[in-house]
Amino acid sequence: MALLQISEPGQSAAPHQRKLAVGIDLGTTNSLVASVRSGEALTLADSQGRHLLPSVVRYLADSVVIGQEAKQQASSDPTNTIVSVKRFLGRSVQDIEAAYPNLPYQFTNSLSPVMTVASGNVNPVQVSAQILKELKKRAQQTLGDELQGAVVTVPAYFDDAQRQGTKDAAALAGLKVLRLLNEPTAAAVAYGLDSGQEGIIAVYDLGGGTFDISILRLSKGVFEVLATGGDSALGGDDFDALLVEFIRQKSELIGTLSKSLHRVLLDKAKEAKEALSEQRSYNVDFEDDTGKHHSVTVSLEHFETLIEPLVKNTLRACRRALKDAQLQKSQVIEVVMVGGSTRVPLVCKQVGDFFERTPLTSIDPDRVVAIGAAIQADILVGNKPDSDMLLLDVLPLSLGIETMGGLTEKVIQRNTTIPVSKAQEFTTFKDGQTAMMVHVVQGERELVKDCRSLAKFTLHGIPPMAAGAAHIRVTFQVDADGLLNVSAMEKSTGVQAQIQVKPSYGLEDSEIADMLKASMDNAQGDMQARMLKEQQVEAARVQENLQGALDADGEALLQPSEIQAIEAGITKLSELAKGTDKDAIKAAIEQVDKLSETFAQKRMDQSIKSAFSGQSVDRI
Amino acid sequence: MNYFELFNIPVSFDVDMSVLPKTYQQLQRLTHPDKFASGSEQDKLVAIQKNSQVNDAYSVLKSPLSRAEYLLSLRGIDLQHEQKTINNSAFLMQQMEWREELAEITEQADPLSALESLEHEINQTIKADLIKLQNLLESNQVDAEKNAADIIRELKFLYKMLSEIELKEDLLSDF
Repeated sequence: MALLQISEPGQSAAPHQRKLAVGIDLGTTNSLVASVRSGEALTLADSQGRHLLPSVVRYLADSVVIGQEAKQQASSDPTNTIVSVKRFLGRSVQDIEAAYPNLPYQFTNSLSPVMTVASGNVNPVQVSAQILKELKKRAQQTLGDELQGAVVTVPAYFDDAQRQGTKDAAALAGLKVLRLLNEPTAAAVAYGLDSGQEGIIAVYDLGGGTFDISILRLSKGVFEVLATGGDSALGGDDFDALLVEFIRQKSELIGTLSKSLHRVLLDKAKEAKEALSEQRSYNVDFEDDTGKHHSVTVSLEHFETLIEPLVKNTLRACRRALKDAQLQKSQVIEVVMVGGSTRVPLVCKQVGDFFERTPLTSIDPDRVVAIGAAIQADILVGNKPDSDMLLLDVLPLSLGIETMGGLTEKVIQRNTTIPVSKAQEFTTFKDGQTAMMVHVVQGERELVKDCRSLAKFTLHGIPPMAAGAAHIRVTFQVDADGLLNVSAMEKSTGVQAQIQVKPSYGLEDSEIADMLKASMDNAQGDMQARMLKEQQVEAARVQENLQGALDADGEALLQPSEIQAIEAGITKLSELAKGTDKDAIKAAIEQVDKLSETFAQKRMDQSIKSAFSGQSVDRI
Repeated sequence: MNYFELFNIPVSFDVDMSVLPKTYQQLQRLTHPDKFASGSEQDKLVAIQKNSQVNDAYSVLKSPLSRAEYLLSLRGIDLQHEQKTINNSAFLMQQMEWREELAEITEQADPLSALESLEHEINQTIKADLIKLQNLLESNQVDAEKNAADIIRELKFLYKMLSEIELKEDLLSDF
């Protein structure tokens, strides 16, 4: 007989209580947080009623200012005010400086982008975490309770390093990431296109710093991304940069602009761009460093001539994405517009002309992504158990390894539906060789130097054999977030090779742990308490799920002795979870996982089998 | 469980393409890691593994070339890691002609329509090869598998040729 579970008062959630989960759009220019309340997904405002949080972080000697207040100081304090940090995630300093030559920041070295600010050194993950923390705080204040999890959006085109950077930032902000969701998919969800509609939709997403085009197929609540393309370094900021250059030339300013004047002109350029969405010309007035006054008129024609080549670039990507999906333009039934830059009339017009239909713009293009993410978060956290919505994403860029002569060999092709797992075999080329280096890259080009270096793995512990005799099977596993995991095994001996991961631009696990420690105000104590709580929550989850599974399928799928072994493991785990030894709890969870691994696989196979047998009965 | 069993269909080259996507959706609903978002780490891991298998099976089964290759691998013939070359000289001659035509296509008066007709010709050859392949894979004659393997090797060339034509088309029709 099953025993009733009696929880201590206040420790167990009432069965009907909704779990709080949010969707977060961590944008280049602005960020937002949204949540489903009373059945409707809404973005959350701060105490002054503002929904958009400018993605700007200003570091003072002993405090941090985030959002609008930081943005206002960007011109007067450019080196300490980090603007559009998303562009730097997962990038090297070299990449960043090549793409944005006029940045006011002081990078401490030439490799990973660590910036010197008033309070010390910060990296893009830490800056992003500040923005996320601010949104988390806003959500908890508005919703009045602890968050259970968040769906954080990323551009579909983000590579592994950029996704990992985003996930690290969320961890640093103390958020449990339910899923990294591609922005275009989130936008499609927000438009409620799942309700009844079937067919192909295109999502055109032009943000501040990134451009994505995604082609999706909708069918019975399943959003299947068929192809995605774009440019992770093209966006409205580039429109601004072109305008700054235009203003500089017209006002005959020679040489490099000072950091503060550059910032002033950038702000003026943004104003001009926004004004030109509604009027035919705009006057830019400013004073240069010598105090001389300038006035430049920017007409809509000027602006459109400047940006047209960039808009054309986006359309080229649209055509390519359609081709990748093996579809014709005429098969697209809806075009969804996302991102503030789609407010530029030329963009909307050209996209409409290209797809030969009027794009959907009824949801605020700045908020649409956060809204979609909130809907997905609500489902993932378990508030809508009957939902049949499912989002299938793809790998945006091919994954490959370096082979002889600096060439890339693709292991997983781009636009493959994720999760995906592929194995590749390697052999040794020297007698007695016990280690081997594998260089993982992401991109479409043939030469390694033209692709993005993701990581270098060294496989140790290969048993010494004659050259070519060892067969090392390296498995590349990409999860639903688009993140890569690698494992390796020598086939003939079954020896599991160890892998050392050296991310090329991202952070190592130990660095994340250090940052996490540093971010805790009361250092050790809080950190320990939080880690213990995490293990206890996971232990409770394991117990509850596994006991439920045993009650349902144990007798059908397992021997009595196997059931006993698993139950003994659960009992031990629940004893340990009452204590405070987090390492012991972790070890006990691993032990139970090991005991029940085959059971979990059998259950999965069983669920597939019974679904099919149900179907054949239906057919009769 | 092989890919055909996973999709609950007979092990055969002939696959009902109206049913396959529906089964795929059904398998997605059962195995996608999002369906285990509130489960334990282990549940999620098992889901990722199974779901990866579902995705791989779908991509193999939906394309005739990879499906045929997979069928042969089930019968013990592995074409994935082989170094064997084609020795059908007629096919090789035809290949060379096509390649030359493609290389010089920009010199034609109307390169785009020349490309189109080349594409059409290759598509016809692929169609014919796929019918041959189907017959071979369903026959019991001696050497059927060996001959099927030869056709698969040729088809790989043909599909590669098609993607090169597409690249050329992209270059020519760039705006």
